[in-house]
Amino acid sequence: MSYLSLTERDRDEMLAVIGVESIDELFRDIPKGVRFPRELDLERALSEQEIVTHLEKLAAKNVDTGRELSFLGAGIYDHYVPAVVDAVLQRGEFLTAYTPYQPEMSQGVLQSIFEYQTAICELTGMDVSNASGYDGTTVAADACFVAKHVTGRSRIVLAETLSPQVRQVVKTYAPGFGLEVVEVPHRDGVTDPDELATAARDAACVIFQQPNFFGCLEPAPDLAAAANDAGALPVAHVDPVSLGVLEAPGAYGCALAIGEGQASGNYQSYGGPHYGFLAARSDYVRRMPGRIVGETTDVEGRRAYVLTLQTREQHIRREKATSNITTNQTLLALAGLVHLSWLGPQGLREQGETCMALAAYAKDQLGLPLVFPEQATFKEFAIHAGRPAEEAIRAARKQGVHPGYALKRDYAGLEDALLVCVTEKRTREDIDRLAEVLAP
Amino acid sequence: MKLIYERSQEGRRASALPKHDLPVPELPEELRRERPPRLPELSEPELVRHFTSLSTRTFGIDTGFYPLGSCTMKHNPRVNERVVNLPGFRDLHPLQEEEGSQGALELMWRLQEILAEVAGLPAVSLQPAAGSQGELTGLMLMRAYFTDRGEGETRRKIVIPDTAHGTNPASVTMSGYELTHVQTDPRGNIDVDDLRAKVDEGTAGLMLTNPSTLGLFDENIEEITRIFHDAGALTYYDGANLNAVCGISRPGDMGFDIIHFNLHKTFSQPHGGGGPGGGPIAVRDLLEPFLPVPAVVRDGEEVFRLDHDRPKTIGKVRGYCGPFGVFVRSYAYIRAFGPGLREMSEAAVLNANYLLARLKDAYELPYDRLCMHEFVLSARQLKREHGITALDVAKRLMDYDFHPPTVYFPLVVPEALMIEPTETEAKETLDEFVEAMLEIVRDAAERPELLKEAPHHRPVGRVDEVKAAKRGVMRYLFDKHPNLSAEPTAGRQLEAQKGA
Amino acid sequence: MAAAESYPDDLHYNAEHDWARVEGDEATLGITWFAQDSLGELVHYEPPEEGAEVTKGTSYGEVESVKAVSDLIAPVSGVIVEVNAKVVDEPETVNEDSYGEGWLVRIRLTEPSEADELMDAAAYKSFVAEQ
Repeated sequence: MSYLSLTERDRDEMLAVIGVESIDELFRDIPKGVRFPRELDLERALSEQEIVTHLEKLAAKNVDTGRELSFLGAGIYDHYVPAVVDAVLQRGEFLTAYTPYQPEMSQGVLQSIFEYQTAICELTGMDVSNASGYDGTTVAADACFVAKHVTGRSRIVLAETLSPQVRQVVKTYAPGFGLEVVEVPHRDGVTDPDELATAARDAACVIFQQPNFFGCLEPAPDLAAAANDAGALPVAHVDPVSLGVLEAPGAYGCALAIGEGQASGNYQSYGGPHYGFLAARSDYVRRMPGRIVGETTDVEGRRAYVLTLQTREQHIRREKATSNITTNQTLLALAGLVHLSWLGPQGLREQGETCMALAAYAKDQLGLPLVFPEQATFKEFAIHAGRPAEEAIRAARKQGVHPGYALKRDYAGLEDALLVCVTEKRTREDIDRLAEVLAP
Repeated sequence: MKLIYERSQEGRRASALPKHDLPVPELPEELRRERPPRLPELSEPELVRHFTSLSTRTFGIDTGFYPLGSCTMKHNPRVNERVVNLPGFRDLHPLQEEEGSQGALELMWRLQEILAEVAGLPAVSLQPAAGSQGELTGLMLMRAYFTDRGEGETRRKIVIPDTAHGTNPASVTMSGYELTHVQTDPRGNIDVDDLRAKVDEGTAGLMLTNPSTLGLFDENIEEITRIFHDAGALTYYDGANLNAVCGISRPGDMGFDIIHFNLHKTFSQPHGGGGPGGGPIAVRDLLEPFLPVPAVVRDGEEVFRLDHDRPKTIGKVRGYCGPFGVFVRSYAYIRAFGPGLREMSEAAVLNANYLLARLKDAYELPYDRLCMHEFVLSARQLKREHGITALDVAKRLMDYDFHPPTVYFPLVVPEALMIEPTETEAKETLDEFVEAMLEIVRDAAERPELLKEAPHHRPVGRVDEVKAAKRGVMRYLFDKHPNLSAEPTAGRQLEAQKGA
Repeated sequence: MAAAESYPDDLHYNAEHDWARVEGDEATLGITWFAQDSLGELVHYEPPEEGAEVTKGTSYGEVESVKAVSDLIAPVSGVIVEVNAKVVDEPETVNEDSYGEGWLVRIRLTEPSEADELMDAAAYKSFVAEQ
């Protein structure tokens, strides 16, 4: 078995040193009643090439974005991942290192996390970022815990235009943490600040999304102000790719900024693994879940990086931890850092502008009624397909095009609505093709 | 070494995006970005050099021996990287129609079947993103189960041993339960008398890893789980140490009702510097209705789908179906072993016992038993006689190009060194490690300052954790960035490192 | 730098390693040499607000080192009259002088008889020897 390095001779020598006759004897402390009596009922072992063939066959049963022209977004996006990201992630040291608890062995990982934290703070306008969370949904639950500790309040307010996946995860975590969740319904595709203000009274935090799930731009500064006036922490759930053109949450009064990092540097990969990001004002640093890397010096005075404020984490505070997170998403966050570094500030702005320009072109070319015509949008927008959404999708896919997400899956009264996403990977010709396929 | 921001030069750029000549819509003024983010400005050659430099200052399993107890730092097979990057997996959108995702759904379903067989429990969810999230999910399942039976208010306590991994108490608190500790007896088993006194009709369940963090299989496990079941409570198995017993003893047969796996420990998902991981759970049928949604199910022989119609589900703990790329790697890994998965555990236990046999006289062994896949030594004697601590041993091992073992965990052993070699190590590597550990004992007596000042051959020496905590510099501050090298060392050096 | 091990005779001690110096109807509270030695150099002090009520046996604040965070457990009940700002700015003062400059809060006692339930220096010294 090629992953094992022991030979027969090795085993015999080792058993002799241990002082037992057989490997079976090493398990003598296991009571007979729980010894597994047979072989595991698993399919036979495959050689490496058989593994590859088998997985290739499975992969071939999936229609990925290489095989279908796709305008599907709704939280996970087909953005371009540059080759340098792949190259860096294949470095065996990054790939196979553990959490950097021994700083002398892991300055590379620690420094890269420090650089990532800096990038997230720059994007979001916040003072401190953690080293990543599991994904864009669980960081919302994390934000609720922070808010509860900070304000002492137990109500969470969610905008209905916040991703359905995020809302569902928050509602799953809430009962165990003694939190009550209320939702503010959308009005014509966005959230009304006055309605939010009312709901935010006695709330620990308010979470809204920018751009929102419908692709619409929320009146984010007004929403943040409404929350602040009510004594609730404003939490913005943001698209990292939008932050070259859209204002940073830190600049308009938010307490926390969170989001799904996938659009920056990760492949879609059927939903994971990706990384969630969480950044906050400096006031809240001691309440932040997850790892944080800090700068320091070593005995010789050389600059060095180390995990810091670990007392917040599970292994010291134990039952008083602000979260139980241990493993996070370091490798995927590294991909995000590489991607943002490859783009640079000009590149990020251009990417955002390109998405917006192509999306505007798509709105024109499709010529189909917009669901929320009054709202400004970023890279996604909702259209009326003129027939039930799943039918429109089926018909389009028969012609090799996935036209977008059926909003009826999560929202009432949107029977024929499709959420169309246009990233910088789409061309004018692609959009013309979509228009052809969706034409009534 | 420079930070990437210090390598940055205004106007330099690696990316070039396709040109379009379309007008860019204007954004409402109040939503527009006023000041650009200060991201690095580098060319591609500069980028590659920077990250390559960083990687050479990082020690991975690919670099050398990594005996971190409870982390299972085994070799990460390269074929797994090839298959996870197949476009059919890599470029698949999670909201793709089911008929367009049959390969992904089938892979998940097959992995579920495999994990059920290994666990000895029939119902599996792959959704949790890591072991600690799996734990939380397990506790949520307990709550849902008891609430469904009208016992939600009365059953408030979870029992955990004093050797428990730190995530266990944190998970208990996060799910709204109360914690009760049970002691460990001199043989390293749970003290059953202590346990009996603490389990009653107010108990919801047990959280346990077996073998324990001491690397010992609890000899009374059948009685322990029976005590809980007799009281109407449930039992949860923390799968962090599953590498010891795959195909040898199944948690379901030990009497556990819920288990989580750590795909990044037992099933070779690379650790990536701290993640990603995967924490799927397997449960008894009575808990199946409460599993997260959606479930991956098979219709007939050939068709796989997502079942969202689960009225009693606890809900969703993570987006979509979970960390799919992790499933691909673990699935490929297990397919390489087939039913011979037990050879993995046998070799892991053999390697650990070999190291134990060769080191137990030079260091103190708190529990004189054969171990499973890992064992704990104490450096207490070295501390008493020469002032050398477990931390000093760890730092000196770095000079031999070994990653240190876990130190100061579990808390019940003073100056603990928790060593887990895993099954992929060669005997020569183990022998070299033993030689280093023995030389350290000699040096403790003869040249203690060598140990106290270790490591000598790494990019940095021991770091000032106190300064890091006090100064709180957690991002680059550009022209306001302080020069910490010019500031004096703050107080005493770090006293303790935390293990896994 | 930490001072030498000591447990002044004029103080009262609880089992969580906090001390109280009673002066009339007020008391000063802090943590013992044993506590600061176990924690290591303090990096943070999270104090209560002036005017807050503290109850004997419950937490009134936190101190933190790089390896642990520890609740401060009030040995006696009272109302916070003053917080030691010096420790907020320089938490390591507690390590250097746990009983003098490293005091944490002053309170006005609400149940003065509670002090009788605490350990004296001799009893606390024995208690520490068993830890």
